Amino acid sequence: MTISDPGPVLIEGLGLCYGAGGRMLVENASLPLEAGRVTVLVGPNGAGKSTLLKLLTGEISPGRGLVRFAGEPLAAIAPWRLAARRAVMAQQTRLAFPFSVYEVARLGVDGIGRGLDRPRREAIVAQCLADAGVLSLAPRSYQTLSGGEKQRVQFARALCQLTAGRSSAAAQALFLDEPVSSLDLCHQIALLDMAREVAAGGVAVLIVLHDLNLAVTYADTLVVMDRGRIMARGRPEAVLDDTLLRDVFRVDLALGLSPRAGIPFLLPQQRMSV
Amino acid sequence: MTLALRQRSGADPASALDFATAARRRAVLATAAGIALCLLLAVIALGQGAVPIAPERVARILLAQATGGGDALAARDALVVVNIRLPRVLLGLMIGAALAVSGALMQGLFRNPLADPGLVGVSAGAGLAAAVTIVLGDRILAGTGLKLPFAVLPVGAFCGGLVSTVVLYLIATRQGRTSIATMLLAGIALGALSGAFTGLLSYLSDDRQLRDLTFWSLGSLGGASWSKLAVIAPVLLPLLIAAPVLARGLNALMLGEAEAYHLGLPVQRIKAMAILLVALAVGASVATAGIIGFIGIVVPHLVRLAVGPDHRLLLPLSALGGAGLLVAADTAARLLVAPAELPIGIVTAALGAPFFLWLLLRKAGHDDL
Repeated sequence: MTISDPGPVLIEGLGLCYGAGGRMLVENASLPLEAGRVTVLVGPNGAGKSTLLKLLTGEISPGRGLVRFAGEPLAAIAPWRLAARRAVMAQQTRLAFPFSVYEVARLGVDGIGRGLDRPRREAIVAQCLADAGVLSLAPRSYQTLSGGEKQRVQFARALCQLTAGRSSAAAQALFLDEPVSSLDLCHQIALLDMAREVAAGGVAVLIVLHDLNLAVTYADTLVVMDRGRIMARGRPEAVLDDTLLRDVFRVDLALGLSPRAGIPFLLPQQRMSV
Repeated sequence: MTLALRQRSGADPASALDFATAARRRAVLATAAGIALCLLLAVIALGQGAVPIAPERVARILLAQATGGGDALAARDALVVVNIRLPRVLLGLMIGAALAVSGALMQGLFRNPLADPGLVGVSAGAGLAAAVTIVLGDRILAGTGLKLPFAVLPVGAFCGGLVSTVVLYLIATRQGRTSIATMLLAGIALGALSGAFTGLLSYLSDDRQLRDLTFWSLGSLGGASWSKLAVIAPVLLPLLIAAPVLARGLNALMLGEAEAYHLGLPVQRIKAMAILLVALAVGASVATAGIIGFIGIVVPHLVRLAVGPDHRLLLPLSALGGAGLLVAADTAARLLVAPAELPIGIVTAALGAPFFLWLLLRKAGHDDL
């Protein structure tokens, strides 16, 4: 699939508004997520990225606006049906009890994988743990892991859920909220490669990222948010221009073109005095 | 495409999960051990007391009762075992199981290993309602010449437990989200409030009522009888059977409410069911045996140490452990100062409080409390 050829829209947010404590966190945001493509959401702290993600997953309901999942209003889909069609990896997940890594990943198949027999479920868990590079951690207690290891385990859990739900559902979606915030560069790239591979299987993938260079590298569609609004959406090279970056991130950036991959890269020059 | 993330250590996925098979085997073993221990403790408990009866003789009496034979056995021993000790042991098994399961449910709900119906004021609320019934019930009925029916006390205690649980839940829930920290703190405040009112009632009560109140606040299985058992069993047994239904939901809730929702679980319904089960079980237990602390915190913790925190194992094994522990504690309460007997709450608190402190010390330094 070429970048210019958008896949079918799986999830569509229409005019989403969400406020809390008298402040609008998301204002009139409309965003389609296409099957088979990676959409990356960037923006400064407090731009409303996580809130928009929560609205699109159904975790919170918009004050105004509507989310459609495969044409149906999100609110009309029962949680267990939705769970077979989209998985979510939150920013941070702490556990109160010493569940093993294996048990945490298995939570992804325990519910929606109930129709599958046990060897199949175990095979899914093992495969997804391996895909996320944490199979060797399987017997370890989740509580004793480092932040980066925890993130990869949660990624494995989300993969488990998608794999278990695949047998029963049509197009699926994967939401990752800052999935690489605690990872070293090698693991960042590995996780995002895996996410891209998932997308190549026909899944609509939405990733919230802070690193603009990673965002540019992995985004089929780049979405820039600021102060609750979507400022730009499109192919990364089309979206990124000096003025937008300066306005949104308040940083002077030098925009270049990577000689090897032909994709843009950014170097921060200096912080702008605002 | 390079997939650096993928494990290339050569470990094949199937053998990497061998430990899961071992864990399952350990779980089966633990269940069998739990059942055996409960039976053993029950048989020992049935033989201990003013009339000592050897364990094998107890077993023969029980067998004879079950098969309808037993003419060769001394009628006195059979009478002691069947009419006096058996209902007490059965009550102990049931209430111990109910308290331990309530603790496990509450800890799952609060996502905190230190949560316990006794600590967050549910037991205190039930105890207050019992105190109100004991002290004020007679006064309200004083002019009418009626006597307070037996059933009023359990029903009152049950309502007290339910009301305090619901109040607790309402205080801690804003916009559909339950704050665990608020719930724990509010529980402590509610417990103190219930304690204050119970204290006021004991100040107002006469000698007989004061003795009854003391019984409630310290707990005892002394009042056990077949008729009491007939009232309490239909409440507790279905609860114990229903609790494991929540296991999968509680497992997912460990990740957080949002994650449990993403996994497709009806989060609010699971929370409501868990709260209702706890209120019912604690209310019914306090109603029949008074306030018995620490079973709900000690047993689930030990089970977690033995087989891990999976609620599918934790709930049934806590039931077994709680049943065994309470029967053992009750036997100790009967024997330690024979021919008198200690209130069982003293025994469980004397064992449980140091354990609780040890738990806190061990947890210190963990930020994941």
